[in-house]
Amino acid sequence: MTGRPRISLEQVEHVARLARLELSGDEKERMRSELDGILSYIDKLRVLDTAEVEPTSHAVPLTNVMRDDTEVPSLPRDDMLANAPDRHRELFRVPRIIEE
Amino acid sequence: MSTLASLTAHELAGRYRRGEATPTAAVTDYLARIDALDPQVRAFLTVTREEALRAAAEADARFRAGTPRGPLDGVPIALKDVLCTRGIRSTCGSKILDRFVPPYDATVVARLFAAGAILLGKLNMDEFAMGSSTEHSAYFTTRNPWDLARVPGGSSGGASAAVAADMAALTLGTDTGGSIRQPAAFSGVLGMKPTYGRVSRYGLIAFASSLDQIGPFAKDALDAALMLQAIAGVDPMDSTSVDVPVPDYAASLREGIDGLRLGVPAEYFIDGMDPEVEQAVRTAIGALEKLGARTEPVSLPHTEYGLAAYYVIAPAEASSNLARYDGVKYGLRVPGARDVIDMYSKTRAAGFGTEVKRRVMLGTYALSAGYYDAYYGQALKVRTLVRRDFQQAFERVDLIVAPTTPGVAFKMGEKEDPIQMYLNDIFTIPVNLAGLPGLSIPGGFTQTGLPIGLQLIGRAFDEALLLRAAYAYQQVTTWHSRKPPLA
Amino acid sequence: MTTSWEPVIGLEVHAQLATRTKMFCGCRASFGAEPNTQTCPVCQGMPGSLPVINRRAIEFGIMTALAIGCQVNAHNRFARKHYYYPDMPKNYQISQYEEPLAEHGHLLLDAAGGARDVGIQRLHLEEDVGKLLHEGALETAQASHVDFNRAGVPLMEIVSKPDLRTPDEAAAYLKALRAILVYLRVCDGNMEEGSLRCDANVSLRPVGQSEYGTKVEIKNMNSFRNVRDALDYEIRRQTRALEAGERIVQETRLWDPDRGVTVSMRSKEFAHDYRYFPEPDLPPLDVQPAWIEAMRARLPELPAARRARFEQSYALSAYEADILTQGRGLADYFEEAARGAGKPKAVANWVLNELLREVPADDDRAVAACPIPPGHLIGLLRLIDDGTISGKIAKDVFEKMLRSGEPADAIVRREGLTQVADEGALGAAVDAVLAANAKVVEDYRAGKKAALGFLVGQVMKATQGKANPGVVNRLLMEKLPKV
Repeated sequence: MTGRPRISLEQVEHVARLARLELSGDEKERMRSELDGILSYIDKLRVLDTAEVEPTSHAVPLTNVMRDDTEVPSLPRDDMLANAPDRHRELFRVPRIIEE
Repeated sequence: MSTLASLTAHELAGRYRRGEATPTAAVTDYLARIDALDPQVRAFLTVTREEALRAAAEADARFRAGTPRGPLDGVPIALKDVLCTRGIRSTCGSKILDRFVPPYDATVVARLFAAGAILLGKLNMDEFAMGSSTEHSAYFTTRNPWDLARVPGGSSGGASAAVAADMAALTLGTDTGGSIRQPAAFSGVLGMKPTYGRVSRYGLIAFASSLDQIGPFAKDALDAALMLQAIAGVDPMDSTSVDVPVPDYAASLREGIDGLRLGVPAEYFIDGMDPEVEQAVRTAIGALEKLGARTEPVSLPHTEYGLAAYYVIAPAEASSNLARYDGVKYGLRVPGARDVIDMYSKTRAAGFGTEVKRRVMLGTYALSAGYYDAYYGQALKVRTLVRRDFQQAFERVDLIVAPTTPGVAFKMGEKEDPIQMYLNDIFTIPVNLAGLPGLSIPGGFTQTGLPIGLQLIGRAFDEALLLRAAYAYQQVTTWHSRKPPLA
Repeated sequence: MTTSWEPVIGLEVHAQLATRTKMFCGCRASFGAEPNTQTCPVCQGMPGSLPVINRRAIEFGIMTALAIGCQVNAHNRFARKHYYYPDMPKNYQISQYEEPLAEHGHLLLDAAGGARDVGIQRLHLEEDVGKLLHEGALETAQASHVDFNRAGVPLMEIVSKPDLRTPDEAAAYLKALRAILVYLRVCDGNMEEGSLRCDANVSLRPVGQSEYGTKVEIKNMNSFRNVRDALDYEIRRQTRALEAGERIVQETRLWDPDRGVTVSMRSKEFAHDYRYFPEPDLPPLDVQPAWIEAMRARLPELPAARRARFEQSYALSAYEADILTQGRGLADYFEEAARGAGKPKAVANWVLNELLREVPADDDRAVAACPIPPGHLIGLLRLIDDGTISGKIAKDVFEKMLRSGEPADAIVRREGLTQVADEGALGAAVDAVLAANAKVVEDYRAGKKAALGFLVGQVMKATQGKANPGVVNRLLMEKLPKV
């Protein structure tokens, strides 16, 4: 569309892996094309000279927001487990873990 | 049909005080209206009928005893489903939280309940607040009460439509890039995004942490003031909430705007915007001048870069905030996975909609090794430039007046291209980047009867001035009193 | 030609902080509770939850930083570190990345090769993850279980510079660091329970080369000994590989203490992309000088300084001083007793030889709970000094004091353990023993000096140990020639 593609199919697959999203073959291509378009639009940011500009991570310049080391009652266990898709007694249960 | 549902919250409160109506009567009225209209409008995901009637009975008793809690006691409200409500399903418009029942209330919810407000239900939204039309809800699309073939705006489409259609007296939505102000403009109601840090985000299901804010939809400025009063203020559970005193918003409402300096930003009147919108806004500026305000042109030169910066920052933070949706502790889990990684991938693929996936991918990419500086790092710097624009403008003016959106409510399915959809937020996004307060009030209608929004932007923590200006404008206009032609 | 390889070791220590509550929420941070009873929406990463920094954790971090000579970064902040794992509630960990709490410190080591200064790269704070339990062994489990009690507990990560050169040095570094943490009472230092964890990075390079070799990460070393053994093995493994011309793979290996080998866990060729960015939910920290000075004032005398002072002021040997300063509680105990009794050497002996059989040197709580408080030990020593009891009886009294918690004099009085020094009474006992042991007396006369000891023992036996040994000796010496 406009110049060379900014993102390849391999990159889409890599990012999908990082984001733990399973995408079908069609979805990957569609995603690649949409992201490409969005990235083209975002590229306009590069023209701005920001060498002397500090980044803004927080809209409000607060610092040192902290709390005392005082206990607050935890939530009842049943409340915390109530939404569990799978549980083993009082523990959350997940399918087997493999190292990737 | 009974008129209680057509009243503002403050009018309702007056009736309660004078014994002319009860909270139960009002809730019954609103529920009947929801039953009658919501099959068409589809604003509600969950209606909390029994809880509402129970709470109404308790409010009745307080009024009978002469001990109401305050201006919101007994007032029927509804909440965008992005807010956690204890014991009540909170989906965030997503399948991945379809059956999620939070064990706790968001701080704003607790404050509203403490004030005696009565919850009618939870409202539809674009999934995880990502969208500008509510078409990206995983459940169904909400319709604009002014034209059921059109969108109400998004992502707080349910919240704006409910107020517009008199299915709630007041609602809460959230605004990350315009998601209160834009639907307010499309739906013909008042919608306000407070200063970042004015209202606690504890219990707000996060989209973009440094941009999200909770705010009211209301039928008029006084109602908005009452709602903001109840929810504003520092919260020890939210480290980004600011410990700045909360003024009495209602008290200063009637002070007028004589002598107020209004800035009109050149960059907010662009080629390709709807000429009726431009015309309505210019007429509104004239009305404000007649009320005593002095206008002068201002420039916000980095406006066009704001959209691009937003579409890096917001998806980046979203990709991080949404990492927790993995089927382990709550929400959807796709069964039959080979192992936990397979479970994550399948669950997230099944549970997230297209727009969410797109933004998660975009955000993950922007934060990934090798791309951080060019994208996220650069966007944070551009954000500084956008903030500086406003800082400089506010050295010369007290408020900025502009259109809320470049166009009016579009037809469902009309904006399929993501970028076309993103352009809806071009006038609202910079305000989120700068963390400033902004509101949209009804500023007119198109010839075909579609609402047009007028945006006011203020200095940090100057919500009182925004509401004062809105109030003054609403004394000399009647746009906000018009009701959609629903049955 | 054989190359000489130089090991390069860096240690990464994670210490669970001894705060009452977690890093970002008010749940209790204690160990051993019923699963999932110490959680809330924040530490379980529920939708809508937000973190709030625990001030005490920051204070513990600052104190530790000062104790190990680090510069505290006035401006520091938290960052999100992303990776997916079932024990990660949010699938990101709130940690610190580009702006950690402190940097560039050092630890002085007293290792076998002499004093060495080991550099410390950085110190930062983060939250711990939940605990995973597998249905069977990890490799074959079909499912796993998660307990989030531990999720959110404050962790302090201290990363050394790659300045360590031998497994012994590494163990010494760990020991010294642990002692400081325990002294400051910021961590209980329990490696078996996991409140102090250690990972190592090991690489080899030809002696004289300045570039580092490929480093391998070693995990699962939960004691000083395991650290030493694991590093020992890994250095040998890498040496063998390099000498066979193989390439060292950058990876993570687990130490298997049963088999005595490191086992490959996962390849670090494709390193995790943690996608760090500043934590938007937490405003940055700005640690003012006044706060730092207040923390500096709270620092106790550190182990190395206290050890040196003990050697100096109390004329103790390096070995004695080392053990007595293992724990701050023990060191306090010793000083109180030594000053009160006015006899540091004697107190040292009692503490080292008797007290430490009952109480672990570095367990402050056990020391504080010891049935023999310093005052009682002082009392016991006084009774020995003034001759009320003999040294031997004193040991029995000590045991009784441990069991009952009573002071020495009460026990001695009640059980009539007062030493007998009266020459008349003792003289009779000595006479009786000499009469009953004529053969031994002859042996003694014949030159067997050791027989004296036997006779002394018999007198002690006859007097239920209450005889004053000095007097017994003298009487025997007087009477033996006359028999």
